[in-house]
Formats: sequence, C-alpha cells, structure tokens
Amino acid sequence: MSVRKALRRVAAFLLCAIVLLAIAAGVVTPYSYAHQFRELPNAAPSAIHLLGTDGLGRDLFSRLVYGTRVSLLLAPAAALLSTLIAGVLGGTAGLLGGWSERAILGIADLSMAAPLLFVLIALRAMLPLDLAPLLSVIATFLILGLLGWPASLRVLCAATRDIRNSDFLLLARSTGCGPTRMIFRQIFPNLRPVLLAQFWVSIPVFILTEATLSMLGLGVSEPIPSWGNLLRGLEDFSAVSSNPGRLAPLAMLTIVVICFQVILPSQEELG
Amino acid sequence: MPRTLRHLFVLAIFLIAPVTRAQSGGVLHFCLHGEPKTFNPILVDDEASENIRYLTGGVLIRLNRQTQALEPALATSWRISKDGRTITLHLRKGLYFSDGAPFTSEDVAYTIKMLMDPQVHSATGDAFRSGEGATDVQTPSATEVVITFPARVAGLEQLLDQVAILSAHSPEKEMAVLGPFYVSEYKAGSYVELKRNPNYWKHDVQGHPLPYLDGLHLDIQRNRDIELLRFRRGELQLINRLDSESYVRLQKEDANVARNAGAGLDSDHIWFNQVTTAPLPEYKKAWFRSAQFRKAISAAIDRDDICRIVFGGYAKPAYGPVSPANRFWFNSALPAPKHDPRGALSLLTQAGFRYSNNELRDQLGNRVEFTLVTNSGNAVREKIAAMLQDDLSHVGIKMNVVTLDFPSLIERMTRTFDYEACLLGLVNTDLDPNGQMTVWLSSGENHQWNPGQKTPATAWEAEVDKLMRVQATALTDIKRKESFDRVQQIIYEQQPFVYLVNRDVLTAVSTSIIGAAPAVLNPPAFWNIDVLRLKPSGEFGARK
Repeated sequence: MSVRKALRRVAAFLLCAIVLLAIAAGVVTPYSYAHQFRELPNAAPSAIHLLGTDGLGRDLFSRLVYGTRVSLLLAPAAALLSTLIAGVLGGTAGLLGGWSERAILGIADLSMAAPLLFVLIALRAMLPLDLAPLLSVIATFLILGLLGWPASLRVLCAATRDIRNSDFLLLARSTGCGPTRMIFRQIFPNLRPVLLAQFWVSIPVFILTEATLSMLGLGVSEPIPSWGNLLRGLEDFSAVSSNPGRLAPLAMLTIVVICFQVILPSQEELG
Repeated sequence: MPRTLRHLFVLAIFLIAPVTRAQSGGVLHFCLHGEPKTFNPILVDDEASENIRYLTGGVLIRLNRQTQALEPALATSWRISKDGRTITLHLRKGLYFSDGAPFTSEDVAYTIKMLMDPQVHSATGDAFRSGEGATDVQTPSATEVVITFPARVAGLEQLLDQVAILSAHSPEKEMAVLGPFYVSEYKAGSYVELKRNPNYWKHDVQGHPLPYLDGLHLDIQRNRDIELLRFRRGELQLINRLDSESYVRLQKEDANVARNAGAGLDSDHIWFNQVTTAPLPEYKKAWFRSAQFRKAISAAIDRDDICRIVFGGYAKPAYGPVSPANRFWFNSALPAPKHDPRGALSLLTQAGFRYSNNELRDQLGNRVEFTLVTNSGNAVREKIAAMLQDDLSHVGIKMNVVTLDFPSLIERMTRTFDYEACLLGLVNTDLDPNGQMTVWLSSGENHQWNPGQKTPATAWEAEVDKLMRVQATALTDIKRKESFDRVQQIIYEQQPFVYLVNRDVLTAVSTSIIGAAPAVLNPPAFWNIDVLRLKPSGEFGARK
C-alpha cells in the first residue's frame, strides 16, 4: 500500500470520527453549549470540564463538539451549493462557447473582483433580525454557498470546453446523439471528477471563511458555537496561556483541513 | 550680605541645582490613537486633536480633573451676571504666547469671535450657542473681558475649560499657544513632537517654572495591542486608556504600572425600540412601551456578574444616566441596582405576562422573544449580550443576539428603526447635564428609544423635557441639580435605557514617571502633564 493511500485512510478515519462525534454531540457532551458556569470563567482543564471553560464559564468541550457539528455539517452543504451553481453555469459556458461563455465568465470575473468580505457583511446586514439563531446560521452558510461559485466556475468551464472539443463528443454527435443524452451520458460523467475535486476543495475554504466572519463578529451568532466563534477565544492571550484547551478549535480546524487536503483526488486521478 | 554667608548661599545653590535639574527635563513618550485632524483648537472634533489641545492650549478657567472643581487659569477671577448671559473675566498680567507675543484681552475677544463665528463651524462653539443673536465681547482693559451671550449659557465656566485661547496678532496663528507645550514637529501618520513652552505661566510651589518635562513624543498608533506591547517593551511610558483585559495582563506583570482611577463616566446600556412607526408587530411595541416590562428586564440582569466576568471586576453596576464618578451631578438618592429574578417575574405578572414551563407569554399568548442588536467585532459587548441572554432565559424570555457592522446598525437605529432592542455605550466627556440635552429631550436625535418626537409621546418624557429646560436656565447649580436629580429619578423609574455598567478608567503609567495621579476625566493619565516628571534613570514602560 502506498504512503498516499495509507495517509488517506488515516485522514478518512479521522474525518469519520470527527463527523460521528459531531453527530452524537447530544450524547457525548456533558453540558449544554450555552450553560454558563459563572463561578468558573476561564477555568483550566479538569475532570469536570475536559477542555476548561471560556470567558463566560461555558464548557469548552461541549462547545467544541457542537461547534464541529455546525461547521462540519454546514460547510459541505455550502460547498455543494456553490459547486452546483459553478457546475451549471460553468458547464453552460463551456458547452455553448461564444458570447454566452464570454458573458458568463465576465459575470464570474466581476463577482471575483468584488470584495467578498464586504459583500458578505452587506448581505448579512440585510437579513431580517428576527431570524431564529439556527436559521441565521443556515443563512450565513447559504450566503457563503451563493457567493462562493466564481472560482470553481472557471475550472469547470475549461473542463467542459475540453470535453466539447473532444473526439468522443464529435463521434457521439455524428452518431446522432441528442443534446440531453449527450449532457447526461457523455459530458457529466467526464466532468464528475472535476466537480468532486471542486467540492472537496471548497469545504475547507468555507470553514475558514466562516471562521473569518466569526472573527469579525459576523458569523454564527451567540450562543450557538462554531469553530469560527470559538477561535475568537484565542484573542485573549492571557486566557490561552493559562488554558491551552482553548487551542482545541484551532487544532480541530487544522486537522480537518489537512484531512480534506489529503483525501482530495490527485491530478493523475482526475486525469 | 556678609561675604561668608554669600559663599554659603552660592554653595547651597550649587548643591541644590543638580538635584533640581535631575528631577526635571526629559521627553515623555506615549501614543495618540488617531491622526489629529487639526491643530486649531477652535476646530477640534476628534480625540487626538482634543489631546493636543489639552497639552498645548491655555484656557481661561481649568476644570481640575481630580477634584472636579474649577480653578483659575489665564483668568484669575470671574463673575457671572444674574441673568446668566454675561461673564466678566479678569486676566493674568504679563503673560506671553509660546512665540513671545503678549497675551491680552484682545486675544480672548478674538478667540470668542472665532468660536462663535457660524462660518467656522466649531463643535466647541456649539456648546455656547444658547439662543438667536450675536455674542458681544467687550475689552474694557488689557486684563478684563466681558462676554455677553444672547441667552443664558448653563455651566458657562466649565465650558471655558474647552476653549484654548488663540493669539490675535501672532504670525504663527494657532501654533502660538499659552499651554505647557507647543507643537514643534508633526509627521503625518507617524508622530507629533511637542516641546516645552518657555513662556508657560505656571510655576510650582517652590517657584520653579512648569512644565518639568522638556517635551512629549506622541506616536500615532491606532492598534492598542501594539501600544501595549511597546509599553511592555519600555518604548512608551504611559497609556492613557486601557481595556480591562490588557489591564489585568499588565497588572499580573507589574502591579505598580497598572493604575485604576475608578468607575468612569461612560456607560453600557440597552434600550428597546419605542418608535411608533417602527416596522415591528404591535404586540412587541406594547411590551417595549411597558415600563414594568423594562423594569423587569432591568431586575433580571445580574450586573455584578457582568462586572466580574466581562470586565474582570474593573467596572461598577450602573445606577442610571449619571455615573457616581460625576460627583456633583450624580443623584445619590437612587437605590443601587439589584439582581432580582423573582421581582422581575412578579413585575411581569403584574403587567399581564404569564410564566410557565420556562416560557414567558403575553396576554395574547405570544412567546416573549426579541432580538438584541449590537455592533460586530466588539468582544466585550458580545460577551455582555451572551450574559443578558442567559439572565433573561431565567425569566422565560428568549433573547436572540445579532451583531451588525456599525453603519448598518446606525442605519437601523436612526433611519429605518428596524430593530427591537439595542446594546451600545454612551461616551460621556462632559460632567454637565447640558452635554446630554440631545439624549434626554424627546425631540433630540440621540433620544434613542424614540428620537426626534414632535411632541413628547409620554407624560414622563414631557416632564423630562420640562426639567431639562429648567435646569438649563436655572440661575444656580443647586437649582439645576434639583431638576436634574428628578430627571435621573424618572429615568430610573421608567428605564428607557436599562443601564448596565460604568467601566473603570484604566491606565498604565511607568514607574519612571513621578507625579502621575490618574483621574476619571479626560485625559485620565496625563491631565496634570505640567507637573509630571521623569526619574533621572529615565526607565521606560514596564521594563525594570
């Protein structure tokens, strides 16, 4: 077994374990993520609080596990949405070519030129204030998904263009294959590895974007935890030095991002 | 004088002189937290320029930041007429600006004319605009000025603390100053260098000329973390204001450099949207208009916990609109805020709410749930919001927290009124209640729970309007205080703002500085800059 395969297995195992932990958050965590032990703010790790407590006395382990659920389940959803948008638009552009391709790529370029962070902040501000916290979390990731497609679109457009100009598609056309059959039987199966790669690449990007938004106080709102708002705990240097348990969200984020990078299909596999 | 005695006298001077020299001189280093927009004291409208004005400007009457009493400065005495419109000031003789131009009553007249000129748009001058008409300034002699305003100006003497006198004739214009230092160099975005004013009028009790320091080097540094780091590295000797987190960190390292002046004037508070046209459901508007509902919210909040957990103990529970730090204007008859969840539930029940299964519902059966907005990126306010959320959950109220970027928040607060409750702070730099007129008058723009009303929406707001106008025109401070005490009482009873905490004024002062005595009023760490000295060793910051 090659080293890469072994690494992949380890990464897959770790990811599965983390996902399972997140799914079973209600069972494995001793306390509610919102419960404030006000007599124990910034407590060090102990048998009662495995990773210690945050500045408001909330159990860090419980918050980390619930935060994993939020970040790890919603980031793939946002990645799926953005890849689907990129797939439809990129596929259309690559397939039709000409002015349609130029128009779609122009829109993508414009979107990429817009400062994403400010667009996100503006869109977040436009959301109704009376959204339930959970809905607001979903809305945040939905916005991320809706805005995250342009980078993938260029890759998918190029891949579709290659397929359009390929010999097998010319052969299919010459044998009288209709457009619908051509898309679903010829183009889509050949595009699938690129779509999958874009999906996997996007997941850590969305996790990190949510973390950035939360660092600015614009991500998932209190009291719901996410890796992003847990990372804000690192701003308090003295609390970190007295409780290394505060680094756990950073460690978790790093592990997950590395695992995703290891699992990603290589260039040869895509080819 | 006999010859031997003369020799002894000369020897004594010779022996004392090095000691005196060793205690004086040196350059003090600290930071401004922004670019000064102007060096013209009349046009000051930002904190950095205000600090420069304080360090360079000579004023007629100075408010002592520690005793909160007014002291003669360029004016040795003053008298206000019975109608409160005219102030007669007697000036010190034989004073000179930093460039050597003599100081006379003409300079005061020139300054007041500039201050009140509508074309100049002076924010400092706005405080003096009491009515329609021009301000008259007479100079009967070189040392006497008579200023007559179109209408009574409440707290007039205190307002003069903000007016740095300009020279009417100096070719250096606003750069000629009467304060302890003058601006000698300015590099935009980098630093402001101030040098000792050789013509400064003050002397210490031994008759030595002040200030003791040769100069000040003010680095322009917006990043507070870098400022703290530089202080700890010993590159700075003073930090004018610290947040509680940095203060705790610094105190752990060296308790002697972290200095707490006590609870300040600034407050954090929440309020509910009571704007009649706000796009909110009618039942929610009814909750927010209910004084009992607001009082119940106030009683459900554990302010002691907020002080202890969010501010590390460096804040005090807030009583009301005036902090106890404001010694004269604070209404000491107000009861201390109490955390009383049972009392809160009792108030809510009296107001028709029902509590069951950890849920509070109104008379129509609606679950009591609202969203509190605050500005994003402010970790302290986000922590306060999370604590409020928890406190209110104990009386069955579900509070959601939304953080918004500041422009969006202001848009909702002032234009669309599309919000339910808001958590923000009020920065008070003025001791006098007149500085809060726009907050308490129902027509005021900063009457945040329901701003810009044409006529007061409630009887108590009408009473507050009346009392604020009475205090603004009353002839004595005692009478003014009577009215303002009643205003504080009404605000306490009605809780349009639910006051949470008054943050402590925290500073850092290097042990190399002699004479520092941090106060709660601005500028807390260097209000007595003219008597600050550096130890001969000149050690900086927290470094030993």
